[in-house]
Amino acid sequence: MFYREAGEFKVSYQDDQAIFPIPQDRWFVLTLVAFCYLVIPFLLNDFWTKAILLPFLVYSLAAIGLNILTGYCGQVSLGTGAFLAVGAYASYKLMTSFPELNIILVFMLSGIITAIVGIFFGLPSLRIKGFYLAVATLAAQFFIIWLFYRVPWFFNYNASGQISVPPRYLFGYQLTGPAAPVEMKYLVTLTIVVVLALVAKNLTRGRVGRAWMAIRDMDIAAELIGIRPLITKLTAFGISSFYIGVAGSLMFAIYLGAAESGETFGIQQSFDILFMIIIGGLGTILGSFLGAAFLVLLPIGLEMMLVDGLNMSTTFAEHVKFVLLGSLIVFFLIVEPHGLARLWQIGKEKLRLWPFPH
Amino acid sequence: MQVKIWAQILLVTLTATTIVAGAAKAYELTIPSMDYRTGPYAPNGIPFANGWADYFTLLNERDGGINGIKINPAPCETGYNTKKGLECYEKTKGVGESGALMYQPLSTGITYQLIPKASVDHIPIHSMGYGRTSAANGKVFKWIFNFPATYWSQASAIINYIGQTRLDDISQLKGQKITLVYHNSAYGKEPIRTLEELSKKHGFIFKALAVDHPGQEQKATWLQIRRDRPDWILLWGWGVMNQVAIKEAASIRFPMDHFIGVWWSGSENDVKPAGQAAKGYLSGTFHAPGDDFPVHKDIIKYVYDTGKATDLAFKARVGEVLYNRGLVAAMWTSEAIKKAMEIHNTKEIKAPDLRDGFEALDVDSNKLKELGLEGFTIPVKITCANHEGPGRVAIQQWDGFNWKIITKFYEPDREVVNKLIKEDSEQFAKENNITPRSCS
Repeated sequence: MFYREAGEFKVSYQDDQAIFPIPQDRWFVLTLVAFCYLVIPFLLNDFWTKAILLPFLVYSLAAIGLNILTGYCGQVSLGTGAFLAVGAYASYKLMTSFPELNIILVFMLSGIITAIVGIFFGLPSLRIKGFYLAVATLAAQFFIIWLFYRVPWFFNYNASGQISVPPRYLFGYQLTGPAAPVEMKYLVTLTIVVVLALVAKNLTRGRVGRAWMAIRDMDIAAELIGIRPLITKLTAFGISSFYIGVAGSLMFAIYLGAAESGETFGIQQSFDILFMIIIGGLGTILGSFLGAAFLVLLPIGLEMMLVDGLNMSTTFAEHVKFVLLGSLIVFFLIVEPHGLARLWQIGKEKLRLWPFPH
Repeated sequence: MQVKIWAQILLVTLTATTIVAGAAKAYELTIPSMDYRTGPYAPNGIPFANGWADYFTLLNERDGGINGIKINPAPCETGYNTKKGLECYEKTKGVGESGALMYQPLSTGITYQLIPKASVDHIPIHSMGYGRTSAANGKVFKWIFNFPATYWSQASAIINYIGQTRLDDISQLKGQKITLVYHNSAYGKEPIRTLEELSKKHGFIFKALAVDHPGQEQKATWLQIRRDRPDWILLWGWGVMNQVAIKEAASIRFPMDHFIGVWWSGSENDVKPAGQAAKGYLSGTFHAPGDDFPVHKDIIKYVYDTGKATDLAFKARVGEVLYNRGLVAAMWTSEAIKKAMEIHNTKEIKAPDLRDGFEALDVDSNKLKELGLEGFTIPVKITCANHEGPGRVAIQQWDGFNWKIITKFYEPDREVVNKLIKEDSEQFAKENNITPRSCS
């Protein structure tokens, strides 16, 4: 009744090509963003920011990155954890070597460094596909993590091999380190994620994104219509790694504050992010957010419900959580193999017809 | 129909939550318990968590709390995972009227994460014999305590044990091959610098071999050991890694009495899977194993026989090495609470008060006797500058059935260890703009 296109006429190409062609969608997203900026900062506390919102935002960004590569360009990667680590260690080295460098610049440079590493490890994708490529990226995962353990230069020769973030300021407010106000951490992370998500959305709608999707759907056909696989695949690796690198530096500098290569960025991390985009929906930006929400928020929500709500012991709750989470993943994949984003899509279709489905 | 059921479930959950949240309570001492009863480190996490929880339950049940104030353990499952540890910290730090009074993370990784955070939030951390070694310098690490000894002291004490007791003289260490098998993490890397310094000083040949998390796969490491034939192996492992290492050592017939674990690699769980082959294996320790202390009898009586224990099935295992370690940690914490109440002359202490209690902690042998723990551990006295306490370490041995302390408590090489602590803590102070406080 309220959600329909009847009576809306698009009179320019601009209207036709908008990200959200339906005004209701547009208003919904704008309200959501306004809510995130204007209301949430006043409701923040330490637990909500550091245990829920920051991980959600950081993982969403990483999931967007992987989605560009796997969802849009069809190149399976198991090296996400390693690329996060590259972002984190790059920002650590930049921050400690050039203390005067603006922190936002540090994040972007870490992204660029990760992009270069990503392109390098993307080279095999020109010859191999599918599972074989996954194995090649798995090699990146192990090699990079090993490198950060073995070469003390990366962690400035300290005894423990841990990297910890030095305090940095933005507009006169502390942004990194434990004394930084949570509002600052939240707003900066949110801004970076919103801007980069918007860029990603537009990239995927444009020429570059269409080339990626052509490669994904059938690379030989794409080559025949004039898309160069070399450039296309490597841009996908580069841009995807840029996003993951920025996510890694945010994870290290703002969310965790300290990191250790194998513990924080291990293989489990790569799988988690891959699960996020599969559950959320391959080849959608919305899906990256939904998948991150599913894997970050659901365990915390379940734990709160089981332990605080139903007074279960923490051990029992942990086991129940594993079972529930596993079954929910299976359930959602059976109900909708294309992920949560597709469910949302179907919901919208239904809503258009509501309340007269016939 | 279905909607109705769901509504009922929702209603029940909501009421349950409001009852829990709404009940007015007397002042309680919130001591969050960062457990890991799941995951690859659970075999070691469970006994420690039980010892820790049981001692506080004992105080609540037998004495009505500490000076009449009940202890509220706020358990949170970390799975030995840093991110979940962080989540637990944020979740529990505001629990109850007192807020979290202190943390015992039982994970070096989580400790590293919490050191800067807790220092800002003004909550003391007791990383008992783990965590950041240089936190022993109380001038820089005001909020962190790591008594009764650090990894560096322990590494040095073990070398002293080898030199003074097993070889005739410390000078005979020259030319000995000592290999360290370590968990590839901040925890496992801790002793490397000390051992390198010591190898320069005494002339032994030192080699470090890393084992990646979680440590179930160590074939390559032990192949290398077989080739190198070291005289001594030191093990810095945790969780499932320990039992695998001991089994591997047994399978290459490495003499067990030349194989020495850190105190986190010397519990029943670590040696039992290797069976009789583990007989003779050694490890560091700072407290006695076994359940023949009065306090254990009380625990059985007040905690297990009344059904108040978190893990009732654990009754037969009370007195295991790691159980006793959880117990000794809880004992020191509760003594610090008493001290804090005494110093601040209030029973409703907050986290910063407890820090003062830790800093004035003095548990001597008379005190231990009073607590029903005579001869259980070494006397500990903490000062403003020294957060490590005594720093002495004994060696215990597995006789195939039980652990037994077989040596005196060894002094570490203060000259080497203190120099490293000073260097590392000063570097930390410089990186984080901390001005060391004066302790006079």
